[in-house]
Amino acid sequence: MKHPIELKINGDTYSLAVDPWRTLNEVLREDLNLTGTKLGCGSGDCGACTVLVNGRSVSSCLTLALEVQGKEIQTVEGLAPSGSELHPIQEAFVETGAIQCGFCTSGMEMSAAYILSQNSSPTEQEIREGLSGHLCRCTGYIQIVEAVSEAANKMKQS
Amino acid sequence: MTLPKFEYFAPESLEEAQQLLLNKAEGAHLLAGGTDLLVKMNHGLLKPASLIALKHIKGLEEITFDPKNGLKIGATALLANVAAHPDILEHYPAVAAAARETANVQIRNMGTVAGNLCNAAPSADNAPTLLAMNAEVLISGAKGERRLPLDQFFKGPGANALDSDEILSAILVPAPDSDSGVSYQHISARGKVDISAVCVGVMVRMEGDICRDVRIFLGAVAPVPMRAVKTEATVLNQQLTEEIIEKAGIAALDESQPITDVRSSADYRKKMVAVLTRRALTEARDRALNS
Repeated sequence: MKHPIELKINGDTYSLAVDPWRTLNEVLREDLNLTGTKLGCGSGDCGACTVLVNGRSVSSCLTLALEVQGKEIQTVEGLAPSGSELHPIQEAFVETGAIQCGFCTSGMEMSAAYILSQNSSPTEQEIREGLSGHLCRCTGYIQIVEAVSEAANKMKQS
Repeated sequence: MTLPKFEYFAPESLEEAQQLLLNKAEGAHLLAGGTDLLVKMNHGLLKPASLIALKHIKGLEEITFDPKNGLKIGATALLANVAAHPDILEHYPAVAAAARETANVQIRNMGTVAGNLCNAAPSADNAPTLLAMNAEVLISGAKGERRLPLDQFFKGPGANALDSDEILSAILVPAPDSDSGVSYQHISARGKVDISAVCVGVMVRMEGDICRDVRIFLGAVAPVPMRAVKTEATVLNQQLTEEIIEKAGIAALDESQPITDVRSSADYRKKMVAVLTRRALTEARDRALNS
């Protein structure tokens, strides 16, 4: 039986009916065409599906859509809402070469946003711990850590 | 990767959840953080007809502490909130450490300590410390409420002592003695995010440099988190010198019963049991002496 729900995503409210077994990841990607959020392992190990719910990073592949109704959901599409200007985190990822194939990027950026929301000047160790729930199969970790550090600098200046 | 179909219920009280559990009988499964349950369902290991979500029950996420009655961790308290709670950091640093060392950031923002216990993995990160600290679980069922010592809760890999009508509503941890210290130690292949290959929780109560009380629990080296009784005997009423702690490590190695699996060989686990037991005893001793 489908349940009618309202999801608040990147400031917009979506009314839809979803089956209980559908995950937030499926609803984002398949129903709402918000395909910036990826699906990797489906078991909470890789972080590709990371989004923020009420400001906290979660794995959208292990979150039932029904469980997040009424909560504030932010996806990578919400980082740069205008579509023209990139968020400082995204700029930093581009500038430091932190993007290779790009599949892990949106999840990494959402965790970067979470790290920086908790701590505006994280140390390298804190960044590494904050990103420990992500896998980059291109193995470009060093640039990704640098990107988060660089994003912190940009966000302090702006 | 699509979940099998199920009905979904979001009760707003424990009584309502209880009633649903009774009505739906064997086909129902409780849902807390979902970080273990949904993975098992994704992999086809579980196919519940209905899920009863606990996160909408008000008050069940609460963490409370008072110096007399100790700590109460509600069933839906998040791992992240346990890891960062000021009272837990101050009075139960090893409980906070175990929660902080569980899985990764995202999972800790979703998963619960109670779920980690109910899932009953032999490797459960939060079990050894809570066991060492004489924790109990508060269980509510059709016949009312009962308290069960946590060391009677684990029945085998994936099996716990809950009857089909019962819900673990909270974890109760006694207030620590002022002359006691607790430590949690673990090791895993990736170091931060993955399931522990071995984990150890130790509580000691010191009188000067003599150990007057001790509880040692080893995770991931037996079908359930096991109490290391022979190891405890090597340190009880002894000065906790390097030599005694070395002996305790060997005793723990001897009495552990690990298997070889994807995370580690039995041999490696045995060696690590000795190392982690030494580290945990040392840290627990030092915490007791500095408390």
